[in-house]
Amino acid sequence: MAVPTYASPLERAWHYAYLAICAAIFFFLIAPIIVIIPLSFNVEPYFTFTDKMLSLDADGYSLRWYRSLLTFGMQNPDATGAAFWSDAWANAKWVNAAKNSIIIGVFSTIVATGLGTLAALGLSRPEMPFRRAIMAILISPMIVPLIITATGMFFFYSNPCELLTMFGLSPECGRLAGTYLGVILAHATLGIPFVIITVTATLVGFDQSLNRAAASLGANPRTTFFRVTMPLILPGVISGALFAFVTSFDEVVAVLFIAGPDQQTIPRQMWNGIREQISPAILAVATLLVVFSILLLTTVELLRRRSERIRGVTPR
Amino acid sequence: MANAALDPHAAIATTASGVETGRLTTADGKPLARALARSQRRARRRAFLLVLPLLAFILITFVVPIGQMLQRSFYNDGFSANMPEVSAWFARTERGTPPDEEAWTALAADLTASAEARTIGVVGTRINYDLSGSRSLFTSTGRQVRRGIEPPYDRALQEIDEKWADPQLWSTMREASIPVTANFYLAAVDRQRDAEGNIRQVEERQQVYVMLFGRTFWLSAVITALTFVLGFPIAHLLATLPMRRSNLLMILVLLPFWTSLLVRTTSWMVLLQQQGVVNDILVWLGIIGGGQRLQMIYNQTGTIIAMTHILLPFMILPLYSVMRTINPSYVRAARSLGATSWTAFRRIYFPQTLPGLGAGAMLVFILAVGYYITPALVGGASGQLISNMIAMHMTDTLNWSMAAALAAILLAAVLVLYWLYDRLVGVDNLKLG
Repeated sequence: MAVPTYASPLERAWHYAYLAICAAIFFFLIAPIIVIIPLSFNVEPYFTFTDKMLSLDADGYSLRWYRSLLTFGMQNPDATGAAFWSDAWANAKWVNAAKNSIIIGVFSTIVATGLGTLAALGLSRPEMPFRRAIMAILISPMIVPLIITATGMFFFYSNPCELLTMFGLSPECGRLAGTYLGVILAHATLGIPFVIITVTATLVGFDQSLNRAAASLGANPRTTFFRVTMPLILPGVISGALFAFVTSFDEVVAVLFIAGPDQQTIPRQMWNGIREQISPAILAVATLLVVFSILLLTTVELLRRRSERIRGVTPR
Repeated sequence: MANAALDPHAAIATTASGVETGRLTTADGKPLARALARSQRRARRRAFLLVLPLLAFILITFVVPIGQMLQRSFYNDGFSANMPEVSAWFARTERGTPPDEEAWTALAADLTASAEARTIGVVGTRINYDLSGSRSLFTSTGRQVRRGIEPPYDRALQEIDEKWADPQLWSTMREASIPVTANFYLAAVDRQRDAEGNIRQVEERQQVYVMLFGRTFWLSAVITALTFVLGFPIAHLLATLPMRRSNLLMILVLLPFWTSLLVRTTSWMVLLQQQGVVNDILVWLGIIGGGQRLQMIYNQTGTIIAMTHILLPFMILPLYSVMRTINPSYVRAARSLGATSWTAFRRIYFPQTLPGLGAGAMLVFILAVGYYITPALVGGASGQLISNMIAMHMTDTLNWSMAAALAAILLAAVLVLYWLYDRLVGVDNLKLG
């Protein structure tokens, strides 16, 4: 946006002031995320830039916090070679947390994306009854405060069969709290709104006559779905899945309430670390997570462009 | 789905043969209206069947658990289930009846039975919710009555602890003898029942919940206002720049959005602490002296700064998508008719951004009201919100009924806002990135 030619000097001045204000706000948005990256390489256990770091002296930087991440919880951190790595893989707390986060994230994403995509297909049909009300219910896990969701899940997951006592039955069944299945189901619930939102948004631009064309050419419903519908909505489905994965990967409240000691995830480990004694090792984790989110963001952006291109939607 | 009867358009296409007879029928002679209604019914059912698995999933894992949890806010049988005889005495007598021989006997029997069954702690906890200090009274009495207790029970129990004669205790037990109670809601608005059963405010130093609800809504409003002030210029800039450059700058908005909440909270903890980067820069610039570093974290300021930063993208994105659709020629027309740039902005541009502003503000406010993680980590004592109180009752005091009552009030507020949001904006207009 350029200053129009008829602008007065005052308006010109305002325009540049406005750009400066915008730059400051962008700085506010991005600086807190960027600044922790160099701080995580600090050789000293401080949370600020030392003089050595400011003068770009290599002695001011080190990888010690990354190493401490890896060795935390290991039985023999002084071992070398293969022994070191197998110990790290088996015992290091952050490595285990990462494994748990990925297992829980992947499975909850599969559940959320599968159910969510089906539902989004139904919701985008014009003949869907009670569309608005059902949509409102399906989006609500995103709106209801997490602490309320987690509290409700805490009671339900400690005894999932309690529900059946309403019907006069008193069956015994295992706890879901403290199991992987419990955390996966909880995270799937929290990820579903994101899948619904992204997939229905993709389906808004979907031309239903393509399905009819496929049907009139003799394709059965399954072929129509996999050969025509799916390739077109796939970018939306994938970005919905990424949203669901990130939701699970970043979720701590439900984990605090329903997970057991075996389901220690990265956010929970971070939460413990921050609450007890915050050390620069937390910054090293944070840096790794920032890099991870940059990768995800790039993927989502590329998918969005691809989706616009193959559907012939020109960017607004 | 290639079946013609499924598709209303196909059904119409097959009616050409029926037109001649004057009555619309399908190719196989059925009345068109009925065939159409049937096919629509079938299409509705099919659409619904696609949604059904997810709807069932959400109902079972989300809606019902929350409902069950809320039930605890008005139903607590911790006392009545374990103290049946004295509960029966309460049911027989009127409010305010002083305990008689029968009551003391029932109480002693119940205490003995409950102590034997090791449920005395549950009973004590239930009474403790309404009258603090009672839990130890119940557990210690329980230990003593297990060793045996002789009539007359009134004297025997009062010898164990004279608190048993307290009318306030008996009034509290009477309240607790009915499992369905509104007392937790009363407590959630800083009210309680006195010995006569009248509702009155709790002591001044115990009045916390109303203040916390007030603070939660006030801070959420402040944060919403701040996100508006910071988000509006950014959204406007992004909407008016050419697509290529705005897409590039959009990354600066989306990166925080995709970054872990805990990471963003951590970085604010690191930046704002007294030995942190922000204070260092202020000292270096000479704005503050080395000895007067600002306390910007572990208080309300910390909560406001961190939450504004975290929620800012939720304001920018809806504002941006509305601003993109605003036709710039309206502002140009206003200018050519003699409006100053300020008037053109105020009278022409700003009113057109209101739908986006409304959507963003409601979303930010709804999310802010229920925030837990960030206030817990950076809020200190003065920056805690109502969610933190719910968590405290869940994990520390274990007063689950109280947590449920507070959650019910918070949930009601959020659902009203959500309903408004759905009315004004529509949930299907929610966009992410």
